[in-house]
Amino acid sequence: MNTKKRLLALISLPSVWLLVFFIIPFSMMALFSFRDNSFGPLFPPTLKHYQAFFASKNYLRMLAESSWIAFLTALISILLAYPLAYFLIFRGGKHRLMLLSLLIIPAWTSYLLRILAWKVMLGSGGIINSILIQFGWISERIPLILYSRSAVIITLVYIWIPYAALPIFSSLERIEPHLFDASSDLGANPWRTFFNVTLPLSIPGIAAAFFFVFIPTLGEWVTPALVGGVDGIMYGNLIQNQFLRGLNWPLGIVMSLVLMVIVSIFTILLYRFISIRDMSSIA
Amino acid sequence: MAQYSVVLENVRKVFDDDVQREDFAAVDGISINIEKGEFFTMLGPSGCGKTTTLRLIAGFAEPTEGRVIIDGMDATSLPPYKRPVHTVFQNYALFPHMTVAQNIAYGLKIAGISRDERESRVKDALRMVQLGDLGNRKPAQLSGGQQQRVALARALVNKPAVLLLDEPLGALDLKLRKDMQWELKKLQQLTGITFIYVTHDQEEALTMSDRVAVLSDGKIVQIGTPHEIYSYPKTYFVADFIGESNFIKAQITHSDSDGMTANFANQNYRFTCAVETQQIEGDTALLAIRPEQLVLYQDPKKCKSDWCIPARVSANIFIGSDERVEVALADGQKLRLLLRSSEKNQVGSYQEGDDVFIGIHCTDIRIFNQ
Amino acid sequence: MKFSRLLGPLYYILLAVFLYLPIVFLIIFSFNDSILLALPLEGFTMKWYRAVFQTPELLTAVSNTIWVAFASSLISTVIGGMMAIVTVRYSFRGRKLFSSIATFPMVIPYLVLGIALLLFFNALGIPLNLWTVTIGHVVINLPYAMLIVGARLSDFPAHLEEASMDLGATYWMTLKNITIPIITPALLSAFLSSFTTSFDEFALTFFLTGTENTLPIYIYSQLRFPARLPLAITVASMVIVASSILILISEWLRTVGQVKRSIY
Repeated sequence: MNTKKRLLALISLPSVWLLVFFIIPFSMMALFSFRDNSFGPLFPPTLKHYQAFFASKNYLRMLAESSWIAFLTALISILLAYPLAYFLIFRGGKHRLMLLSLLIIPAWTSYLLRILAWKVMLGSGGIINSILIQFGWISERIPLILYSRSAVIITLVYIWIPYAALPIFSSLERIEPHLFDASSDLGANPWRTFFNVTLPLSIPGIAAAFFFVFIPTLGEWVTPALVGGVDGIMYGNLIQNQFLRGLNWPLGIVMSLVLMVIVSIFTILLYRFISIRDMSSIA
Repeated sequence: MAQYSVVLENVRKVFDDDVQREDFAAVDGISINIEKGEFFTMLGPSGCGKTTTLRLIAGFAEPTEGRVIIDGMDATSLPPYKRPVHTVFQNYALFPHMTVAQNIAYGLKIAGISRDERESRVKDALRMVQLGDLGNRKPAQLSGGQQQRVALARALVNKPAVLLLDEPLGALDLKLRKDMQWELKKLQQLTGITFIYVTHDQEEALTMSDRVAVLSDGKIVQIGTPHEIYSYPKTYFVADFIGESNFIKAQITHSDSDGMTANFANQNYRFTCAVETQQIEGDTALLAIRPEQLVLYQDPKKCKSDWCIPARVSANIFIGSDERVEVALADGQKLRLLLRSSEKNQVGSYQEGDDVFIGIHCTDIRIFNQ
Repeated sequence: MKFSRLLGPLYYILLAVFLYLPIVFLIIFSFNDSILLALPLEGFTMKWYRAVFQTPELLTAVSNTIWVAFASSLISTVIGGMMAIVTVRYSFRGRKLFSSIATFPMVIPYLVLGIALLLFFNALGIPLNLWTVTIGHVVINLPYAMLIVGARLSDFPAHLEEASMDLGATYWMTLKNITIPIITPALLSAFLSSFTTSFDEFALTFFLTGTENTLPIYIYSQLRFPARLPLAITVASMVIVASSILILISEWLRTVGQVKRSIY
């Protein structure tokens, strides 16, 4: 009985918090998606925003394109992060975790500021242009690097590589070291050991890395806003617009809910691959 | 045709990244010739270099000095995947993402063997280790003993010239371990493959091996058959490590062409035989004798041994078929005896405080430096 | 053969350069005596740093940010700690559900979180201010706090607490004298981690900010004025360096906890 009381005492505050500031807001969101307009009455509920969303080719296309950008970002981040994690695990020695942390710390310190840094670097008044001109490779400043979809992807990859490296690092670290000896012992050269043993056993880490990059990037809006220009707009910007200028909150909510459904699907897939304990090491 | 299966020529392995020591020679000048089809065991306490030596033969490490020759070929710089040698690891190292059958087939697949032949050889291997119907399970679903047998099958299915075993039975419980010792011995005799076995369990080594090498501090202390190692230990270390020994501290008071005299327990005892001995430095020595070689008499007139030493019983433990009796000599030194119930000694009748006589045969004594 | 040995370190260095270069540029240009963020460099100056301290809105934004970060980290750590104890030390029906809901915010885009909370505050008639921002930050940081403390808790055995209670201490005394001291490194780590996240938070904060700015909001608002860019960059440099140090301390604390584990 005592245990129950203690449990109740400990769990009540968190539960209230989760209820008030998480469950209720999202329930409201679901509810308000049926609202007629941003500030009017709740009744009668209407499906018109849902209809508007699915009828419009634009929104769906933007969603698909943003998914594609998110996918590319995740893919490139993993391709760049994997060799890093691999090298650190197998050649990094005692300091491998520290070496990894050295690369992750800039990632943790700032998000907006690093996007800002890229904005500065990529711009026509920016550093990359300056360097190119200095060396005489171009005669005029090119504005095209900045404010493009490529700029968005480059910046996002820059943001995400450290975060992608962590789960891959963790899963490589978990592989029992004797397995490599065993594979080599049975006749496999280093390449075959990699494809037969290392790679398959690091798939949980790769999957985790993929989801950790893909899911948040689906809802990304800050990077496109700063370096994307017109070309690089993503789904998140469209949502944000509804709350800024469009003032069509219900539509924005519908768009968010659609995003949430997609995120949820991928999240469920994610949970099938890794456990909570794994996540804590990544946190 | 190479004469020996594996030859180690003056092999040294020095590790230089130890935290506190500058240079640590894990293997310090080892030379061995291992015969084909031999069950050869490297025995020693942990840290003696036996596992490092095994890894040098397997190719997981390169010697700092010396050569490793396998089947007549200098394999010193060859990586493991190019050596005709396979290893059974201490914790089995089974690939967790593959089934038992896939694990066993791994080496065959790498070697490019056709699928049909792979399947049949895997089936044979499974049968050989008595795991016939477990081919589709994953390693995590098997018990320790079963995993160990998969590891064995995985190595043997490739028909290596040499099989290396790194304390493979260490994680098994006692009964299973004893059963597996028999199995391994039979397997080795059946396949005729050279087995090189590493263990710290001297009983295990004596049970299974054709020859045993006792290692200490990176060096070989003695090589011989189990019988040789047990009955004719060359150093104090071997006498102490293998089986049980009593060590009597004695003064060698007299030594000439006729023989030697040892003084202990306030008496002089003369050797009536030529004794197996190390070069004795100084005049103190250790006389080693095994518990089962000591004879216990209550009546001194019945004592038929070369030496009859008075002693007092200080402890005894009765275990059913055996009795272990500890006695104290006149100078306080203790001896342990092992009495079998089938002997003329009356078992179970010795009480603490009893005055008895210990019989020692001269030819059973080994003398070592302290 | 030898070349392949160099590939690894080379790749690491390349990646390190790629990751640090933009930050290095920010720092370099914070000392550059020019309004233009372009080469060639004009000369060393501390004027931007001085300007930072002479711009009241900026300083207010910084103090707001510190206040929000502190408050939200405190709340996250306390509530997150409770959640950790509940999920690690107790088993009850619905534990998995509780755990899932608690960690769910980790996978929700900040955009959506921001909108949900905006709706909530709006519907209740609560004006947007630093409190709403604080609440938003807690929602984001709570899962991580729970996981960090939870990891530490599950690393040390429950029977220490049981032994304490066996010796006569009540549960709350045990909590105070045994559990909390042991998880303190994790609590501190969770706090620092929340602090740095909150300090830099923009995507969510954007939706919950009223008239009082946090630093990232302030910086964002200055971006459309090219003349203000050097100032923004200077502040950015300072924040990045300070955050890095805090993160280092936080990570060190997390591992200190793990080293102590060997005693148990």
